[in-house]
Amino acid sequence: MKKNYIKVLALAGMAILTMGTLAGCGSKNAETQAPDTKTEAGTTSGTTANETTAKEDTATNLKGSISMVGSTSMEKFATALSEVFMEKYPSVTVQAEFVGSGAGIEAVTNGSADIGNSSRNLKDEEKAKGVAENIVAIDGIAVVSDPANTVDNLTKDQLINIYNGTTTNWKELGGADQPIVVIGREAGSGTRTAFEELLKLEDACKYSNELDSTGAVMAKAASTPGSIGYVSLDVLDDTVKTMKLESVEPTPENIKAGSYFLSRPFVMATKGEISEQSDLVKALFDYIYSDEGKDLVKAVGLIPAN
Amino acid sequence: MRPKSYSIFGGHGSKSGVEHAAEVIFTVCGFFAVLAVASITLYMIISGTPALFKVGILDILFGTIWMPAAATPSFGILYVILTSIIGTALAILIGVPIGVMTAVFLAEVAPERLTNIVRPAVELLAGIPSVIYGLLGILILNPLMYKIELKIFAGSTTHQFTGGANLISAVLVLALMILPTVINISESALRAVPQHLRSASLALGATKIQTIFSAVLPAAKSGIITAIVLGTGRAIGEAMAISLVSGSSVNMPLPFNSVRFLTTAIVSEMSYSAGLHKQVLFTIGLVLFAFIMLINITLNNLLKKGEESHDK
Repeated sequence: MKKNYIKVLALAGMAILTMGTLAGCGSKNAETQAPDTKTEAGTTSGTTANETTAKEDTATNLKGSISMVGSTSMEKFATALSEVFMEKYPSVTVQAEFVGSGAGIEAVTNGSADIGNSSRNLKDEEKAKGVAENIVAIDGIAVVSDPANTVDNLTKDQLINIYNGTTTNWKELGGADQPIVVIGREAGSGTRTAFEELLKLEDACKYSNELDSTGAVMAKAASTPGSIGYVSLDVLDDTVKTMKLESVEPTPENIKAGSYFLSRPFVMATKGEISEQSDLVKALFDYIYSDEGKDLVKAVGLIPAN
Repeated sequence: MRPKSYSIFGGHGSKSGVEHAAEVIFTVCGFFAVLAVASITLYMIISGTPALFKVGILDILFGTIWMPAAATPSFGILYVILTSIIGTALAILIGVPIGVMTAVFLAEVAPERLTNIVRPAVELLAGIPSVIYGLLGILILNPLMYKIELKIFAGSTTHQFTGGANLISAVLVLALMILPTVINISESALRAVPQHLRSASLALGATKIQTIFSAVLPAAKSGIITAIVLGTGRAIGEAMAISLVSGSSVNMPLPFNSVRFLTTAIVSEMSYSAGLHKQVLFTIGLVLFAFIMLINITLNNLLKKGEESHDK
């Protein structure tokens, strides 16, 4: 009996291993086959160009690499963009470096990069050097509080004072006599970086809670009386009170109009207009401004620019 | 049947092959754990030490300012280390007496029927995922703490209100989480105390409670110390539950301050960190690793001492 049991066990183990190897081989085959068929399609479409549409033609013929240099805040967006773009155009490589907005624009100005990523508007002297400001997305941050809070509007100065620890009670802002519980994100978070940059509070914020996700900030803000926190726009719901800033609601419309101050453009600067760029760069911008690109922009928590 | 075979199963001639194969498999499995420990140790040292030298050992271990993403970053983790030490110590201070008393209750006092209710409950407590403790902490403990905080610091202008996410919340959650470990191990230690010790004590006229405290508990000392050390290990290594209730700001470990532990420091910032910041997080991991190794070595020494005293 016992020996049979062991045999069965060994047999089962063998079976599992074999299945595993087979499955492994199967997927590998599929993977290696896929590019083959693609290149075949590419060559046929290339030779019999009149049979295929022009768009597909360029899509399969695009080859080369695009270099992007710039803002660390745009890392999430730029990485997602390059991954999706490279999947769509397998023979294109997109190299992204994240060294800061200023350095990115510098690189595109002197021609060492195709695209300079900047998480701020270009300065006039940068534009004067022939760099075009192509806004690809807008990053907006909402300020939230617990639903029972009677304060519903904050000015920029009030917000700054709350976060640098000068204002510590809601009664100073016309609300109830209730201490302010300042909630923020952990160091390194893109939302935190953007928030602090926009309010010029870099490393001057005094947080009582540093939470490591947007969801955690929402939950904490909703459940703590007197709380204040910041989150990206796409997660707002009824569990929290969304603050108006300078009497402006954080809606995509207001942000695009520029009246909501807690927002910033994501710029992909090019030397000269997009129309003067190489086919590769044009294809990248076509992709960003396409519906698919807009979905990508939304997927990383941003607002499409157009 | 060949005479060489001693197996109780019939020999098919493949016996020695099976024996050898089994031996090899067992050896490989045995070394797997060793390999894992060795490679983790090596990896922690390789990835944790560069930052120590880049930032400076003293600046990291004894610096008090944690600003990893600033223009001029500062990586002082003294408050984080202190929080872990103090938080764990307080959790032990609260959890161990309760745990040992529960063990005494289970092993000495409780009638059979009650034991059969309490013990499964304790075992269930050990099985609850730590994130559940954290959620309960957020929903019940934090609002309660916030009420106390509002009372104590009413009118204070210097205290930063945390909404109840503070050291005490974290300590209470940790104390609850180490209970099963402490109870189970202490209980087995108490049950292992020979019956004649109790009988002798009772025969000398001691009451039941006197017997427990003067005869049984001292006799079970080494087992209870093991329980405490294992509880410490559990408390210092816990991340999920306390990351939800402690507030995670780097502050002095004062009762009503929002604090960050060694574990939560790694968990909360790993995802977005880069470069030197990430390396420092590995250094924090190395510090934690060193603490846990220290605890384990202490435990091993204690166990050895216990065995020696038993042998005598």
